[in-house]
Amino acid sequence: MMRIGVDVGGTNTDAALMNGDQILASCKQATSQNVSDGIINAITTVLDQSGITPAQIQCVMIGTTHFTNAFVERKNLLDVGIIRICLPAAQGIPPLLDWPEDILTEIGSHRYIIRGGYQFDGRINSPLDEAALINAAHDLKNKGIKTVAITGLFSTINGKMELRAEELVRQIMGDVAISLSHQVGRSGILERENATIMNACLADLSHDVVNAFRNALDQLDINAPFFISQNDGTLMSAEYVEKYPVLTFASGPTNSMRGAAYLSGLKDALVADIGGTTTDIGMLSNGFPRESSVTVDIGGVRTNFRMPDVLAMGLGGGSLVKQHSDKLTIGPQSVGYQLLEKSLVFGGDTLTTSDIAVAAGYADFGDKSRVEHLSEQLIEQAVSQIHQTLSDGVDRMKTSATALPLILVGGGSVLINRDIPGVSNIIIPEHAGVANAIGASIAQVAGEIDIVISYDKVGRDNAIAQAKEQAIAQAISLGAIKESIVLLDIGETPLAYAPDGAVRLRVKVAGDLYITANKA
Amino acid sequence: MKLSIADLANVARGAAFLGTGGGGDPYIGRMLATSAIQEFGMPQIIEPHELDDDATVYTIAMLGAPTVLSEKGASGEDVDLAIKRIEQYMGKKADALIPIEIGGVNSMLPIMAAARQNLPLVNADGMGRAFPEIQMVTFNVYGVSCTPASITDEHLNSMVIETGSAKRAEDLVRVTSIEMGCSVIMSSYPLTGKQVKDYAVHGTLTMALEIGQAIERGRKEGEPVESLVNYLRTTPYYNQCKVIFDGKITDLRRETSEGFTQGHCLLSALDGSGKTLEVTFQNEFLIAKEDGVVRAIVPDLVCMVDRETAEPIPVDALKYGQRLKVLGVSAAPIMRTKESLAVFGPQAFGLDEEFVAIEDL
Repeated sequence: MMRIGVDVGGTNTDAALMNGDQILASCKQATSQNVSDGIINAITTVLDQSGITPAQIQCVMIGTTHFTNAFVERKNLLDVGIIRICLPAAQGIPPLLDWPEDILTEIGSHRYIIRGGYQFDGRINSPLDEAALINAAHDLKNKGIKTVAITGLFSTINGKMELRAEELVRQIMGDVAISLSHQVGRSGILERENATIMNACLADLSHDVVNAFRNALDQLDINAPFFISQNDGTLMSAEYVEKYPVLTFASGPTNSMRGAAYLSGLKDALVADIGGTTTDIGMLSNGFPRESSVTVDIGGVRTNFRMPDVLAMGLGGGSLVKQHSDKLTIGPQSVGYQLLEKSLVFGGDTLTTSDIAVAAGYADFGDKSRVEHLSEQLIEQAVSQIHQTLSDGVDRMKTSATALPLILVGGGSVLINRDIPGVSNIIIPEHAGVANAIGASIAQVAGEIDIVISYDKVGRDNAIAQAKEQAIAQAISLGAIKESIVLLDIGETPLAYAPDGAVRLRVKVAGDLYITANKA
Repeated sequence: MKLSIADLANVARGAAFLGTGGGGDPYIGRMLATSAIQEFGMPQIIEPHELDDDATVYTIAMLGAPTVLSEKGASGEDVDLAIKRIEQYMGKKADALIPIEIGGVNSMLPIMAAARQNLPLVNADGMGRAFPEIQMVTFNVYGVSCTPASITDEHLNSMVIETGSAKRAEDLVRVTSIEMGCSVIMSSYPLTGKQVKDYAVHGTLTMALEIGQAIERGRKEGEPVESLVNYLRTTPYYNQCKVIFDGKITDLRRETSEGFTQGHCLLSALDGSGKTLEVTFQNEFLIAKEDGVVRAIVPDLVCMVDRETAEPIPVDALKYGQRLKVLGVSAAPIMRTKESLAVFGPQAFGLDEEFVAIEDL
């Protein structure tokens, strides 16, 4: 399949043109103020490089950090109507309780807590109070609210009440954006509600950005369907992203790790993305990043998104190397994007890790003579510390003692040339600089089920089989080719204090995207 | 002592530390307390000696599955009702409330309850840590009856039970709580002021706050674990404390049996000495053994903290590769008596080892 992967980051917009397994062209362009222009520039460049015509492109996959940045910077956020369906439970903690003030001034405090919701095992805890819901919807309509976040008690176990609520709100409020919590989050009502509100406040922006993507492709005469990659490295349709932009929040690191997996041909490996200032280390398991199991703060708000488990360390190609009386320190301060002016080998006066790599003789750039004065002892100590830092990070991210391959991507990978303990071999693939755009271009379609189920009643094998079936059905409904679907992950957490061997079961599958025809 | 909403984050962190891996996520409790204080005001915190001997003091706690708790929280009315029912049954209005355990979420729920009821909260609890079962409290050890006890849910269903023993109350409440949706509010061990003075572990709310503050201060100064240990040494109970291990998790086994999360966690020393430490847990960390030799054992506290930040790590969050410092901390003297050990010593958790105080290990 002829396709283009694009990564729209805060600084750079990267593109990679792929045909099947072949990388035909790739490029890095500055991200423009107007999102479309950056995309147009990047795609035009790879088309020109490869001589492929727009008509030959069958699919475009876009990864973007735009929504994350907008939320963190509090830009273009809407007032949100917040409806929690939970009474008589979960009323002790109102929505937005520990949100930072500066977001509340952007999104308001329009909160409604009404009766309804399920028990942990799917039984109804109390039926949906439709009259109260209708009142809330009228109230929100009168306030001129354009986006609504609906969160139901244990909706992760059963989403029906949230769907019914959507229907009723739609009848009253008409064409407003509606975000449902069971589509964005996991067990844990506060974190899930937070994610749903975050999603809702981005409704206008997501509409604009998806349109900007559409317009860019129209201007380029590319009529192929386009998809946007989500946190777990799988694809969403443009229409779905318009509804659920929050699902792209962590797609950046995911795409870079998925790209690394693809470029190296490895499915189970460690990945270190060594940039100018930091190194992000993650673990690939079956070709996908391992997900974090803890809550994550984004822009000061607690969430439990499906996020890749990434360890960020203060080691990069621009990290400062400082000599103290008794020791040497490396990072976390860095010359960052000013590496080409400030480091010794490029004529500056700051000793960086890149200078050390050149002085040690295993990297070759800039003016070598400018680091000849460094003592062998200093060089050896710095090289050993750089490797020790990476070793520590690798060790912390591994889940077993078995040695695994380590894939290095990012410009800072020149810092590494020694063996790392616990690592079987180090791989630096070609095109590593645009790993994220490549990661976007190879994304698959996933289905995921997260339920609490009684193993004693259903039986473990039976429970897993059922969940797997549901996950596969979900993937197919989102556009996966049935035959290509593989099981990615099964997570089982026994619930303390719950009866009948109740287990929280998560099953995730993914398959290749089915492209029927070019869009009209 | 006086508390502010801003202090609650530190109380929660201290409560997580004293929870020794269990006791439920204090975050939810902190949010419940914050919300109640915003609505009803900060409750007065009093010292045990300020109580009259014949004062009526009720405990208040949440009981159930942490996963359910993180979805349902508490409604507030269920908390009010639990107190009202016990007051009706006893025929005595509460003069004050007291936490039953300072570890985990139940350090915070009483703050919520006291705020809602406009009652003073006693700066003390029934164990100075967290334990998984209702009978594992000093009040039970020294002859205070666990019942009458009230149990409520968010639908405002309620029950008052009377049993011959605290263990029997535990069994009944456990079954009831499942039918009530796996998360209930309970008021048990109705106390007199004299009993609080004699049998409670005093000052633990202050200590939870100060543990949190010591960790926070340590992070600013660069040595969080050292700051924590230095603080503990100044306290009346937790003063026998040491970092018994500095290592990385190299193996982790969990299983759930009869509603409890049990398991073992193996750490390897980071200094390259090849030493290993095995920590056994049942909801809470119970025993730490270095190459087969006991280094700390329940009811003394076995606490695991992140070696860089001193953040307390709950059992649920343990994972391979984590770098932790393991601390052994002395329990309050009243928790280490012969009578106490019979109720929550090592044998109560099925361990074969005898209790030996951390200072003698």
